[in-house]
Amino acid sequence: MSDHDYKPKSKVGQWFNDRLPLLTLANHLTDYPTPKNLNYWWTFGGILTFCLITQIITGLTLAMHYIAHADMAFESVEHIMRDVNYGWLIRYIHANGASMFFLAVYIHIFRSLFYGSYKSPREIIWILGIIIYLLMMAAAFMGYVLPWGQMSFWGATVITNLFSAIPLVGEGIVTWLWGGYSVDNPTLTRFFTLHYLIPFLILGLVVLHIWALHVPGNNNPVGIDIKKPSKDTVPFHPYIVIKDGFALLMFMIVFAFFVFYTPNILGHADNYIEANPMVTPAHIVPEWYLLPFYAILRSVPDKLLGVVAMLSAILILAALPWLDTSKIRSAVFRPLYKQFYWILVADVLILGYVGAMPAEGLYLLIARVATAYYFLHFLVILPVLGFKERTLPVPLSITEPILGGSPNLAAARHRESKTK
Amino acid sequence: MSDKKPKRREFLFTATTAVGAVGAAAVVWPMVDQMNPDASVKALASTEVDVSSVKPGNTITVLWRGKPVFIRRRTKEEIEEARSVKMEELIHPEKDEDRAKNPEWLVMVGVCTHLGCVPLNDKGDYNGWFCPCHGSHYDTSGRIRKGPAPWNMEVPKYEFVNANTIKIG
Repeated sequence: MSDHDYKPKSKVGQWFNDRLPLLTLANHLTDYPTPKNLNYWWTFGGILTFCLITQIITGLTLAMHYIAHADMAFESVEHIMRDVNYGWLIRYIHANGASMFFLAVYIHIFRSLFYGSYKSPREIIWILGIIIYLLMMAAAFMGYVLPWGQMSFWGATVITNLFSAIPLVGEGIVTWLWGGYSVDNPTLTRFFTLHYLIPFLILGLVVLHIWALHVPGNNNPVGIDIKKPSKDTVPFHPYIVIKDGFALLMFMIVFAFFVFYTPNILGHADNYIEANPMVTPAHIVPEWYLLPFYAILRSVPDKLLGVVAMLSAILILAALPWLDTSKIRSAVFRPLYKQFYWILVADVLILGYVGAMPAEGLYLLIARVATAYYFLHFLVILPVLGFKERTLPVPLSITEPILGGSPNLAAARHRESKTK
Repeated sequence: MSDKKPKRREFLFTATTAVGAVGAAAVVWPMVDQMNPDASVKALASTEVDVSSVKPGNTITVLWRGKPVFIRRRTKEEIEEARSVKMEELIHPEKDEDRAKNPEWLVMVGVCTHLGCVPLNDKGDYNGWFCPCHGSHYDTSGRIRKGPAPWNMEVPKYEFVNANTIKIG
């Protein structure tokens, strides 16, 4: 991508650019050659950037009115909702924004899984993405603690107690995290600090994520390497900018629907009751975006192994580029993988559903089967599939099947029969 | 270059790195330790409770170090039930005699040893406590009998200051 002999037109531009090549960067971003067959599943990178910026701006404004103290946090949130001008709007955007952020990131991740975007040479982009995802979960969890409602308090208690599963040092680590013998004011103030910090760490990682992306360039629905720039690419601006912009607009309609029509549907009523260390709510459930992992945690009857299983479920994703042994990226040309992909999607949705249900009887059984399948998919099915699967022939370029005037499959078969 | 010079360099590198590492660790420790419980938190380490009004079969809950502590005045049946259990049946074997020195009074931290929820009184399959979060059942001695919790509910350090007052911590 060091293709730059760019020279600004104006003298002032040249003078500036020789000293700080910002204009070269801007030019790289506008001209950046993008595969011309990118579909709407590729617009979620832009949508996620929008989500991050939205969370940072609304978060900064909320921090101007919020008080991080165990005695005042709950009231200050009510103060934001009732007294601060447009406080209700800013808080509802921030709270629903977290859910929208996760909705977008799950689509982004599953797009990557379908089209094999995590494979060589894009492993670093993928791993940076997993780190961003982990930080997002940490930020979301700590943000949920800040209103200091019942779910905040008991969610914080349960999640921090996960660390007590560590042999020998577990209890010490939990006390250290709390700054006391239970979740209390010291816990709240440090969570507020970290909740404020993490989005900026994510922002830095997003820059690296995009930088790493711009080295090999985008993957595409066909999943083949393409020449850049060529007939197979279009410049980022205006083509992708317009497409991303339109998708963002559609996304904002969904976002606005939640904010203005059902702002509390994704939350829990219990969180409008102030934190009480003496009473645990009858049914503790994490936010919807953490439910699949919560189901995995509860499906294992042993405390330590449950925590290990839950963490492995996330960290196994980082090893994905090496677990998937297939050389073909896109599921379009992998008839078997395509089926297993949809089974995995269903499996994760089922885990999410049973994660919200009480861990007993049939729900527990389903959770156990779904957990086993989740690991089976990554540890057995993917590695084996790469060797066993008969993939379909891939086109030589994005334009070939179109300009050839025949569907790719027929063209490829034709080619094959000629060589025989 | 002579043989001696690189060795001298190596020594200097090693010595510098070692001193630097010790210095860095000395700076990191205060940054880590500041997160541990502070003096004001530790100062609240003990609580005295008047238990004269607690009737047999009742439990009161008091706050100690930010955590609920259950003080239960057990009935004869409950004591009998707790003491007749065979050790082999227990997940975390502890004698009731060791958990409740004065059999009538059971004092324990009311926190589930699984993930820290507060179990509910007089519930569950063993007539003791039941944790609503992930379904752990405790018996009349607060010992784990069924569910994901690994240990019995913790018995804190406590003593009877006089017949009616318990000092926890």
